[in-house]
Amino acid sequence: MWPFFFWAFVVGGSICVIGQLLMDVGKLTPAHTLSALVVSGAVLDAFGLYEPLIDFAGAGATIPITSFGNALMHGAMQEAEKHGIVGVLTGMFQVTSAGISAAIIFGFIGALLFKPKG
Amino acid sequence: MAKQTASEKSYQSLVEAHDRKRPVLINCIKAFLVGGFICIVGQAVTVFFITFFSFTEQTAGNPSVATMIFFAMFLTGFGVYDRLGQFAGAGSAVPVTGFGNAVISAAIEHKTEGFVLGVGGNMFKLAGSVIIFGVFAAFLLATIKTLLIYFGVVN
Repeated sequence: MWPFFFWAFVVGGSICVIGQLLMDVGKLTPAHTLSALVVSGAVLDAFGLYEPLIDFAGAGATIPITSFGNALMHGAMQEAEKHGIVGVLTGMFQVTSAGISAAIIFGFIGALLFKPKG
Repeated sequence: MAKQTASEKSYQSLVEAHDRKRPVLINCIKAFLVGGFICIVGQAVTVFFITFFSFTEQTAGNPSVATMIFFAMFLTGFGVYDRLGQFAGAGSAVPVTGFGNAVISAAIEHKTEGFVLGVGGNMFKLAGSVIIFGVFAAFLLATIKTLLIYFGVVN
């Protein structure tokens, strides 16, 4: 249990440092940085490397935005194994629906609850 | 940078001279600590879902992500996340709470333009690129991988 928290901290923090380096040294905008990280998550899962990272670091791998790329790739591949190439389209959002739905629902509730500042 | 005229070069050196020197090391330490802390909170939520609901280590990621975005809604609404972002940089932008913050802050900000054109039209203004590049990359990779598996190149 406790080692999990430690590795979540280290791995999650390290992914954020990679993002910070892309922004500071690579001079990318935050949007470019996040897009690059999402694409790398998908690439890592294509080579089967993201799943072991989740087993190892838990939330340290599922909370950074790279897991979004991994989840898209994962859903697409799961369905593709069952239904062939069409599964890539039908399975794309299968695993990641929680994140997107939550963002839309809480975004809307947030807009209902809070007033814009300034 | 293929060809630069003399004036362009002098402008470039002027920009570099006045560019704020970024404290890369300190920024990275801040990003590491804040990003790591957010992941510890995420881990606590994950453990909660594994203990009290029927999720496994692999599947608990999804409800955890949704819960973290729920937290991000309040932090964004009360203006805490913006201040955290100024301090932590990528440490608050890279975790999924940063994605939530981008969606929610855009939704709140454009509320004055009405719910359909403002909130609905602008919600994914900032976060859209993440979804689009993620989906397109996953589409390309999954298609290639499926074809490779189909033709027996990889398994």
